[in-house]
Amino acid sequence: MSLPSELPPRQDIGVIGWMRKNLFSTWYNIVLTLVAAYLVMTSAGPLLSWVVLEATFTGDSAADCGGEGACWLFIGQRLNFFIYGFYPDALQWRVDIMFGLLAVAFVPQFIERFPRRKWFGVFGLTGLPLIGYILIPGGWFGLEEVQSSRWGGLMLTLILAYVGILAALPIGIVLALGRRSDMPIIRGMCVVFIEVWRAVPLITVLFMASVMLPLFLPDGVNFEKLMRALIGITLWQSAYMAEVVRGGLQAIPKGQYEAASALGLGYWRKTGLVVLPQALTLVIPGIVNTFISLFKDTTLVLIIGLFDILGAVQSTITDPAWRNVTTEGYVFVAFCFWIFCFGMSRYSQNLERKLDTGHKS
Amino acid sequence: MTEHNTAQNPEGVCTAPVGLTKRTDKTIIRVADMHKWYGNFHVLKGLNLEVKEGERIVICGPSGSGKSTFIRCINRLEEHQRGQIMVDDVELTDDVKQIDTVRKEVGMVFQHFNLFPHLTVLENCCLAPLWVRKVPKREALATAMEYLDRVKIPEQADKYPGQLSGGQQQRVAIARALCMKPKIMLFDEPTSALDPEMIKEVLDVMIELAGSGMTMICVTHEMGFAKTVADRVIFMDQGEIVELAPPEEFFSNPKEARTKQFLNQILQH
Repeated sequence: MSLPSELPPRQDIGVIGWMRKNLFSTWYNIVLTLVAAYLVMTSAGPLLSWVVLEATFTGDSAADCGGEGACWLFIGQRLNFFIYGFYPDALQWRVDIMFGLLAVAFVPQFIERFPRRKWFGVFGLTGLPLIGYILIPGGWFGLEEVQSSRWGGLMLTLILAYVGILAALPIGIVLALGRRSDMPIIRGMCVVFIEVWRAVPLITVLFMASVMLPLFLPDGVNFEKLMRALIGITLWQSAYMAEVVRGGLQAIPKGQYEAASALGLGYWRKTGLVVLPQALTLVIPGIVNTFISLFKDTTLVLIIGLFDILGAVQSTITDPAWRNVTTEGYVFVAFCFWIFCFGMSRYSQNLERKLDTGHKS
Repeated sequence: MTEHNTAQNPEGVCTAPVGLTKRTDKTIIRVADMHKWYGNFHVLKGLNLEVKEGERIVICGPSGSGKSTFIRCINRLEEHQRGQIMVDDVELTDDVKQIDTVRKEVGMVFQHFNLFPHLTVLENCCLAPLWVRKVPKREALATAMEYLDRVKIPEQADKYPGQLSGGQQQRVAIARALCMKPKIMLFDEPTSALDPEMIKEVLDVMIELAGSGMTMICVTHEMGFAKTVADRVIFMDQGEIVELAPPEEFFSNPKEARTKQFLNQILQH
């Protein structure tokens, strides 16, 4: 005969129970709780009034921005520039299509039960960049060409980060495998590549790509500035990615390699079917960490005269037509970055949960 | 290390003629004067062995005697440096093609199972047939279910290895190896990492397999299993084959002093 199950003690459950346990358990904690509550209330009020209550949202010009609150009107008035840079107004629908497709590809990834969401993701990684490559610069299928020097704002930030992330991961994987190769020449080349690129600051890479590289290229061969920056970012990022992936590869037990070999799987199948899926799953936090860091590092393209979202905002907050709107500008940039980085972070947690097969030993 | 596991008669257990091989006079493994070194350490010192098709061999010996290294040389998970190993008329050399040919025909079961944790049980079983043997998917699935049935866990097919007990994982590992329809099965201490109550379920599967005529080489300390199943028992110590005899003779009348000492230690408990 087994003992009957009993309900848990009453004071431990519910809101009251939680508060008693976590906020008011001792005199010391009661004092801390009250002090913290006071601080929150005194700072939340002014913050709320600056952001919302006394802020200006509508109007036509700087003159409408009165009072003590934030001048969000400024952001609204310049939003077009912050998002598209100097991209011609009449052609902005092309960029809008890309934003739409981006949402179509990645929003389903956050919805657990979305049918065939995997295929939306695959589209995001293959079809999307291809369409973007045709649509955004134009110049074919009767689309009017838009020079990359006119791209800017959020759109440019996303292009830089997207291409960097998409290209750096496969190159990084290849480099990581190469660094663990038995073949000394391949291993040596990968080690040199990784150690050189990883030891150089991104600013230097961008500067070299923009100023020095054209000097070394033969006459007649010339890439646009943006293309050079993209190549620089990708190579630099892939060196980091390689080390993250290598960490995962090293965590795979020798037994996995042996079992795969014993079954007759050759190097590529062993790597592709057994080792990499496990290694990459292990290092999702590290990979996403690198992605987020790259996403924010793209702001450095400012140094070579590309106007990403930060550059676009920075160039307008000094506009004498507006009173001091520095804070509003930077808060807006920070918020945009936060949205995307938080999204990546949530997605990675989502992915980790999904790929967890309960094998933690 | 006792005989509690293997009271059954192997011929009685196995009824289904599922194995591919029959007992013939054909030599399927030939090891001649095989040496191996780890750095300067001489692990295997001139081993000679001929295994006939369908023969069941048990290798025992103290730890560090080189018995695991020996069977790992047979599918080239370890390289030998001198001598010759022929498996099913293919010599093991640096030639990757020949190694792949041999590995297709030689299944292996490890002490720590080494199942692929990111794949389900069924996917574990289908992986090599699909990618190495290029079997059509439907056929691979059918074969996998057939063998999972044989190791008595068809109901776990869609689970991940991490959700199974040790004994179940090892039975899946056996099924995974069998799905390649190998001619030879190597077992490297298959029950050493298991809790006592799980050893029997794995040994039962191995006994059944032995009854089906599979060529088996098994490194184990399960002397009961050796007595019931083995055609010959090998005792290894310090990198050499000290004694090689049929089980009756090996257990009742060992010739070498080292064998006697080992058997005394292992059978006393």
